[in-house]
Order: sequence, then structure tokens, then C-alpha cells
Amino acid sequence: MNATGLRRDEHMERLKLFGLSSPALMLVMVILVIPVGWLFYVSFIGADGSFSLENYERMITRKSYGRIFWTTFEVSLLTTGICILIGYPLAYFMSQLPPRLANLCLIAVLLPFWTSLLVRTYAWLVLLQKNGLVNNWAISLGLWDEPIKIVHNLNGTLIGMVHIMLPFLILPAYGAMRAIDRDYIKAAANLGASPRRAFWTVFFPLSTPGLFAGALMVFVLCLGFFVTPAVLGGGKVIMVSMKIVSNIELFVNWGAASALGVVLLVLTAGVLWIASRFVNLERATGGGGH
Amino acid sequence: MTVTNTSAYALPITVRNVTKTYGRVHALDNVSLDVKSGEFLTLLGPSGSGKTTLLMVLAGFTRPDQGSLKFGDAEMIRQPPHLRDVGMVFQNYALFPHMTVEGNVGYPLRLRRVPKPEIAARVEKALATVQLSGYGERRIDQLSGGQKQRVALARSIVFEPRILLMDEPLSALDKKLRDRMQIELRQLHEKLGMTTVYVTHDQREALTMSDRIAVVNFGRIMQLATPQQLYDQPENKFVADFIGDSTFLDVQRDGDTCLVGGTPLKTTRPVPPGDSLSLMMRPERIHLIEGAPAPDDNVFEATVSDLVYQGESFLLYAHIRNGPEVAVRGAIRGDTYGRLPKPGATVRLGLHAADAVIIADGGQ
Repeated sequence: MNATGLRRDEHMERLKLFGLSSPALMLVMVILVIPVGWLFYVSFIGADGSFSLENYERMITRKSYGRIFWTTFEVSLLTTGICILIGYPLAYFMSQLPPRLANLCLIAVLLPFWTSLLVRTYAWLVLLQKNGLVNNWAISLGLWDEPIKIVHNLNGTLIGMVHIMLPFLILPAYGAMRAIDRDYIKAAANLGASPRRAFWTVFFPLSTPGLFAGALMVFVLCLGFFVTPAVLGGGKVIMVSMKIVSNIELFVNWGAASALGVVLLVLTAGVLWIASRFVNLERATGGGGH
Repeated sequence: MTVTNTSAYALPITVRNVTKTYGRVHALDNVSLDVKSGEFLTLLGPSGSGKTTLLMVLAGFTRPDQGSLKFGDAEMIRQPPHLRDVGMVFQNYALFPHMTVEGNVGYPLRLRRVPKPEIAARVEKALATVQLSGYGERRIDQLSGGQKQRVALARSIVFEPRILLMDEPLSALDKKLRDRMQIELRQLHEKLGMTTVYVTHDQREALTMSDRIAVVNFGRIMQLATPQQLYDQPENKFVADFIGDSTFLDVQRDGDTCLVGGTPLKTTRPVPPGDSLSLMMRPERIHLIEGAPAPDDNVFEATVSDLVYQGESFLLYAHIRNGPEVAVRGAIRGDTYGRLPKPGATVRLGLHAADAVIIADGGQ
């Protein structure tokens, strides 16, 4: 009874849903699929305008490209690592605060987001320079004797990038930690676990999905980071994004730049793919308790 | 029910003058309590009464302002929770979601550095005790509510604690399962014999399972007695009101006799001291009088206001002349329900002298 009518209703409902989502679909098409497709296309165009693999060949044959990719991964890994070391304890501290205080801390963590990335990066340049605030204070306090080089090199790059990236790690980690029922920790204590063991056997394993999500986000964002390493690296830290810029600005070689972009995109997708497999694997076996 | 098995590792609990305040609120107000070795004692009270706070003091999660707590002869009040060696079943079970059933139950043994083969054997034994043999490999999210409850129980007894604490462990289960688990927990207690302190707000659960019940309110113990004493002879109006249904009639003292509505009351029960007294009337202890009343009956004239059919029994509401409305509960057999008086009818209610319990009004 009513089978045809009901089926038609179902069909209409789907159609409406599709209609509602079509603006978003179109947006994705225009700003994502078409440009990326164009990028792929351009990367296979040689200097003479015909189809060629020379842009990719160059990346394999020239050693400097290998070094740039290596630097990109190195800087990204270091930034992620430092973010974990700084961000995890902070997220843990915040997760143990009463909600109102924790929200205040959260606002403090998010505050930098309300300032332009460029402004924050140049602010670091001022703070970290030879006679900048950091060096002067450290010397006055007797931490070190003469100005040390903390900008226009890897140090400066890392300081700036960690500062920019930290919220991306803290937010998911904090979210995961907040979701951990305090009764788990009580149960661990009741069963005989000292606070330290309760942390390592119960709290930490339960917080790893959030930490992992945050670390992944930081790492992937770092891979394509441009402004901060360009300003604070002083040309000594060349990452892929900077090579892309120089390919266009100095050599006006869109093909080479596009090929770099494609490789970076594929590598990033690869990292995400491997990571997603890792996460699923962990869930399937009940999580990395030990 | 009596203590049937005082196991070698059961310990008595002695609580003395424990006070805990949150701001101005007395969560625990100078509480003293003795739990006998191997006893099943229930802390019963409404929410916010302090019963959970008291349990948390026993477990070590709440630090009281003052007082003493002894397990056996050992002072425990300043001992951190992980050194107290008490088992606890949490209200939400608190099973670790990142470990299997086996991982959860074996957790306290791994902490105690028990050798691996022994862990496996003891985990299997604990799971068998709660009738979950072969569930060791399951993930926690694959278990039903009742199974989680059993795993939590297995985890809390596997390291053979001398004291077992339970915080409303059955409240998340449906009624049928809850009824069955009550009996199982009771049997398990008789088998293992560890001193058990059980928290609940469900009076039937408390009456079913306990050796003794401590009724808690306003951070104080209102009465500590066996289930039967508690129901039959409550010491104060709070307990009389909280346990079972009851209606109270004002009682005037006239020398040695007690008057209710000007009529002397027949009672075989002790009359508490003081002038402010109430007669406790339980619905199932009141009966409808047809014909001549028995000599031991107290008789109340009343007008029926409502009659409710409840399957196995009926509930009849009647206004006592110059008094409150009382409820009368009776069994339904054959065609008795059809012959019951209808609303508006005048009836005589009987309360046997042995059921005429007089309560002192004070003692809030």
C-alpha cells in the first residue's frame, strides 16, 4: 500500500538534499578541483610549451631539490615534536582546571589567532634580533654573555613556527583530555595505581587520539608553510613552498613550480593516508595501551 | 540475613567523627559508623544526603576535614587511594575503554607485579565468578550494560581486597536485570565474604541485599539497623517517611495512654519519650473492616476518595474523619476487587495494635 507514493517521497527528499548541498559542491569544484587539475596540467608542460616530464626529471636529477624536501620534512617534524613537548603538558594542565578557568586559558591559547600571521611573524623578528628584547633580557639576567643568533636561521624558524602552530595541537589534545572521564583515573587509583602509573597506563593512552590528531594537523600544515620560515629563516631554511615562490618570481617557470606543488600535495596526501591507516589500526586493536 | 562467612581477608571498618564541609554545607556531619567484618552494609539516602561522600571517604577520593577511619586496626584517613587496597565498583563502571575485558580485570594484578601465568589464571577465575567465562578478548564497547557491570565487579574482586565498595552499581540497568543482579551480588558476597559497603537510593534494593542499612540524610546517619527493624520500627520520622509509604496521624499523650483524634490508641509497641508524637500508618498494614472489628484493632472512620487497580494489588485512598488522607493496599484475589467500596462510600479502616507504630517527631 502506498509503495509508489512513499518511494516518490524518498526520491524527492534526496533531490532536495542534493539541491541544498549543490552550492557547496560548486564551490569545491571552482576553488579546489579545477585549480588542482590545472596545477597537474601545467606541471606536465615543458619550457617549449609541449607535453614533457622535464619538470619532474629536474627534481630527481638535481640534488638541491632533494635537500629542500628533506629540510621541509625536518623542519615540520621538529616543529611538531616541539609542539607536542610544549602543548601536551599545557593541554593536560588546562584539562584538569575547573571549566571556567580552563575557558580563560583556552581564550589565551586562541588569542594569537585574532592577530595576523604576518604581524606575529615580524614581531618575532623584532624580539629575536641581535639587539632585540630576548637577547637583551637574557644578557641582563646573565643567561648568556653576548647576543646569540636566534633569528635568520633554523632556531628562529622553529620558534616562529611553533608559536603559530601550537593552538592546532592544543585544541584537539585538550578536547580529547576533557572527554576522559575522571572516574577512569579514580578507578586506576582504586585498583592500586600510583598517580604516575595511572597517568601512563590510563590517561595518556586515552589522550593519544587527540594528541595524534593535533600532531598530524601541525605536521601537514608545516609541510606547506611559507610566511614564517621565509621571514625568520633568513634564506637559510629553504622549504618547498619557498622554492615554489622563487621558481615563479625569479625564473617565471610555472611548470617547475606546479610540479613542486604536485609533489608536495601528493606527499601530504601520503602522510595523511598512512596516518589514517595507523589510527584505524590502533582503534581496531583496542587502542595503544601498552 | 546474617553474616555467613567471615573470610580471612575481611576487615571491619571503623568511622569516627568524620566531618566534611563544602563551604557552609555539611556533606558529612560528625559521622561515626561501625561496619562489621564480612558484613553487607548499605548506605541508603536521597541524593545529596552524603551517602556517596561517605563512600568516597572510605575509598580515599574525598579528604574529610577531620575524623578517623580504620580498616581493622590500621588508620587509613591519610592514606592515598592507591594504597588502601579496597575494591570499588563505580556507578558508571569506569571500565578502561582502551583495554579488553582481560586487560581490565588483569589491571590490578599487573600493578601488583603478579607473574603473567598467575594473572591469566586469576582473571579467568574472576570472570568465571561473575559468569563471564570466555569474554576475556572482548572489547568494552562490545559488552551490554549487565556484562559491563559484571566485568567491573570482577575487576574489583580479582585482587582479593578485604573491603568492597559499591556506588549505585545497578542504577544503569533495567529493572529485570537489576532484580537478578541484586540476588547475584548477595550470593557473591556470601561466597567471598568481604566486608561490603553499598550505596543506593533505592530502598527495595537496600532491603533486599543488606545485613544492615544505614539511612543517611543531611550528612548524618539517621538510623542504623537491620532491614526489618528499619521498616517495622523506624526511630524517627525521616526514616519512617523515607522507607516505604506512610501517612502520619498526630498523637496526643495523656499520661500513659496515647490519643488519636480523642480515641485511646491500642498498641503493643514501645512509645518513645516526648510529647510530639505521630502514628505511622503503612498502606499494607491497614485493612478494611467488614462487620465487627477485632478487639486488637484500632478503628478509623473514613470516606473513600479514590480506588486504583495495580495488578497484584489495589490502592484505596480514604480521608480519615478529621484527619489526613491515607492509602490502603490490599491483595486482589478472585472477585475481591469488584466488591471494594467505591469513591464516596464510608468505610472503617483497621490498624492492628501490633502495627500501631508511634514515632517521635523530632530527629530531623
